[in-house]
Amino acid sequence: MIDVKTTPVPAGGSAPATIAVRSWKAPIGFSAFVVIAAVLFIGLGRDGVTNFRLSTNSDLIQLPEIPLPALATGIVATAAMATITVYAFLRAREAKKIPLWVTTLFAVIFLTAFLTWAAAGATLPMIGLLAGALTVSTPLIFGSLGGVISERVGVVNIAIEGQLLSGAFVAALVASITGNPFAGLAGAMLAGALVSTILASFSIKYFVDQIIVGVVLNVLVIGLTSFLFSTLMSGNSAAFNAPARFERIAIPLLSEIPILGPILFRQSIIVYLMYIAVVAVWFALFKTRWGLRLRAVGEHPTAADTVGIKVRATRFWNVLLAGAIVGGGGAFFSLAAVGSFQKEMTNGAGFIALAAVIFGRWDPIRATLAALLFGFATNLQSTLSIVGSPVPSEFMLMLPYIVTIFAVAGLVGYSRPPAATGKPYITS
Amino acid sequence: MKLELRGITKRFGALTANDHIDLTVEPGEIHCLLGENGAGKSTLMNVLYGLYRADEGEILLNDVVQKFEGPGDAMNAGIGMVHQHFMLIPVFTVAENVMLGNESTKAAGVLDLETARAKVREISARFGFDIDPDAKIEDLPVGVQQRVEIIKALSRDAKVLVFDEPTAVLTPQETDELMDIMRQLKAEGTAIVFITHKLREVREVADRITVIRLGKVVGEAEPTASNAELASLMVGRAVSLTVDKAAATPGDDALVVDSLTVTDPIGQVLVDNVSFTLKRGEILCVAGVQGNGQTELTEAIMGLQHRVLGSIVVDGTELVGKSPRGVLDSGVGFVPEDRKEDGLVGEFTIAENLMLDRYTGEPFVKAGTLQLDALAKFATEKVAEFDVRAQGIATKVGRLSGGNQQKVVLARELSRELRLFIAAQPTRGLDVGSIEFVHKRIVETRDSGVPVIVVSTELDEVAALADRIAVMYRGRIIGIVPGDTPRDVLGLMMAGETPAEVAA
Repeated sequence: MIDVKTTPVPAGGSAPATIAVRSWKAPIGFSAFVVIAAVLFIGLGRDGVTNFRLSTNSDLIQLPEIPLPALATGIVATAAMATITVYAFLRAREAKKIPLWVTTLFAVIFLTAFLTWAAAGATLPMIGLLAGALTVSTPLIFGSLGGVISERVGVVNIAIEGQLLSGAFVAALVASITGNPFAGLAGAMLAGALVSTILASFSIKYFVDQIIVGVVLNVLVIGLTSFLFSTLMSGNSAAFNAPARFERIAIPLLSEIPILGPILFRQSIIVYLMYIAVVAVWFALFKTRWGLRLRAVGEHPTAADTVGIKVRATRFWNVLLAGAIVGGGGAFFSLAAVGSFQKEMTNGAGFIALAAVIFGRWDPIRATLAALLFGFATNLQSTLSIVGSPVPSEFMLMLPYIVTIFAVAGLVGYSRPPAATGKPYITS
Repeated sequence: MKLELRGITKRFGALTANDHIDLTVEPGEIHCLLGENGAGKSTLMNVLYGLYRADEGEILLNDVVQKFEGPGDAMNAGIGMVHQHFMLIPVFTVAENVMLGNESTKAAGVLDLETARAKVREISARFGFDIDPDAKIEDLPVGVQQRVEIIKALSRDAKVLVFDEPTAVLTPQETDELMDIMRQLKAEGTAIVFITHKLREVREVADRITVIRLGKVVGEAEPTASNAELASLMVGRAVSLTVDKAAATPGDDALVVDSLTVTDPIGQVLVDNVSFTLKRGEILCVAGVQGNGQTELTEAIMGLQHRVLGSIVVDGTELVGKSPRGVLDSGVGFVPEDRKEDGLVGEFTIAENLMLDRYTGEPFVKAGTLQLDALAKFATEKVAEFDVRAQGIATKVGRLSGGNQQKVVLARELSRELRLFIAAQPTRGLDVGSIEFVHKRIVETRDSGVPVIVVSTELDEVAALADRIAVMYRGRIIGIVPGDTPRDVLGLMMAGETPAEVAA
């Protein structure tokens, strides 16, 4: 036997050691934008003054327009962004993180400079731009809420696009026949849930690959709605494709708050429902028994099973719920935005919503913010094409998708999906 | 509460995992279920817990026949289980895990976390645990996670508590503490089923012992029985519990590891400034609780880790920066810890698996074409030499038992010219016969003059094989001690205490 004496563990040895990781992603990304800014705003700088309008004509409280000279703003903004970039390089060299507010500030400066440059010599209706962004975002937000619920419970929902489109179609049909937009909304939710039923049955009961079922469902819904549109609706659009619409409703008092009022509180019912849905889903997911069980099933189904939670049933019903929420969002297209159903009118919104789910790290609030960002990019494109911008319209049309790619690829960083999402739960 | 299992039979296809098993556990009794890996212990307990449905037989609690449709029913009947692989959700807090499935709520299903926290604190206080109800599970050491499992079971008023291989992830000291907890539970009148294959623990804590072999009860034993008696009952024949091994005759330094540091993508240090040397003809065992950097250390040597600082030199060749192919070509043989995941391709045949790392040229590949005759001849030889029990060399590896799979891995790795041999958890999940074989081959490899690293979490294995022992804790080597260092010292080192005199 050997006699060995031991010394106790030194104090403070409990935290795992780390070696600082230097990430040059942010400063390099910033540099790229500084170069773009220098080329566009100074090199290709434009003369003239851009007027930012912060009120609409119908507002009680009128705010003055803010005039910004395009070239001067470009120079100042580029200098400010360069300063932030230098700061970011210094932080990265010390292996420190770049605070989120710095990134946000950078983005706001760039965006302001871009708007000033693009709209030089014209007046930019900021309220219209932002209110429109919110409107465009609404179906994306419903889509991403459904995506969050579905993925959190363990089923990848690629079929958001199909659920939105089926919702849009059924909403138009039902609202036309009944003359009641709320009946149309209910029909849309049912349609979304129906698409989800197929997704849930195949992926949960028969263990078919969830991605494949989702993709097939999208194609199926596109085909089915297009077929019914041409055979049923286009022949008799007065009876089947002239739905009663959700009109914009200004909420008294709230809608007169300067800037925020016209943006947030002069919208249609579906947008107000969206506010409620975001808060409700967030609260339910993180504060209630339903949410705890749902997340448990998506993270570690075996553990959930061992405490008596019915894994497959939980998955099934929540995927249906997710489908109903997305379907309700689909009603927005035909009952609020356009006023009738058009072939493939969702136009990829479901995939953008899916990107928002990932960009939002499977969190309803973050996903909503991501959807708002994508919606803003879309609406910026249409606003600038009206105002007249020097960027070719084809490039502007690419904007929302470029923002999506950058957001999902570059900015998410290290994020962790629910551990068991996409995996069927098989027991013997 | 008294638990009785009568004639439980569970079949998976042609395999009978449980064959008419009878078992009775009285309140205030610790009943050990002893058996080898694959004997059917876990299956039996999963039947008891409602995870599997038995094909025949019945479960009785206090002489009343129970019908369990799922784990929820078993739990409501008063059966709790501490699973081998913890059934905890890593991203949830302790309180959330404890309440899950049994939530106390306020109006409209809103979670009442305060009640759950209070429950965690109350049970913790009863057993002297120090557990923060709001800590996230993934931030807790495994020993503490296990206590959360116990709290979870007790918070549902479990009167029958099943521990499924609970000591696999614990240090010896933590194991002792767990035994104390079990005794305390027993004193409170809980009926305890303790599943294990470790003889020492059985004799220490059991009131009664039931031995299971190949799905059948083969006998009962008293805790006073000797290790040899229990082992032969468990295996079905007399087994030697020690490895025949002459003293090592170390040659010159063959492997020099200097200031090796491995980090993960977000900068957490997995291997922390590790230095050691290994001589030819010597076995260095790397001991430690699972997850203290052993896996990453071996992967760093094999070129499987990407963020590596420091140097690893084998016979003058620097390995850091080489690809796994380059490391293999430098003469390193490697038995990975998860043979099914990293060691073999289950859908490939024995022969194909034997040439997995020799696809680059002769004798098995000429002009891009497999030389099937040469391969068949080689495979037939190796199957005989390593005693792989299979129908033939064309049998798919996934169909073999764990022991035979491991022999295929060994055959592949040991039939090259080696300058270094690394075996990670070489006997995990194997039956006693295969363990004997694997140990014998490892010692033979050493005796042929190859330096050997064995990574193991089983102290019995470490003691049987090691010429020297390096204990790892949180990525560091706490100390390198001689092979005959007593268990309790190793245990302290595994918990992070530095041996003052040996480390120098």
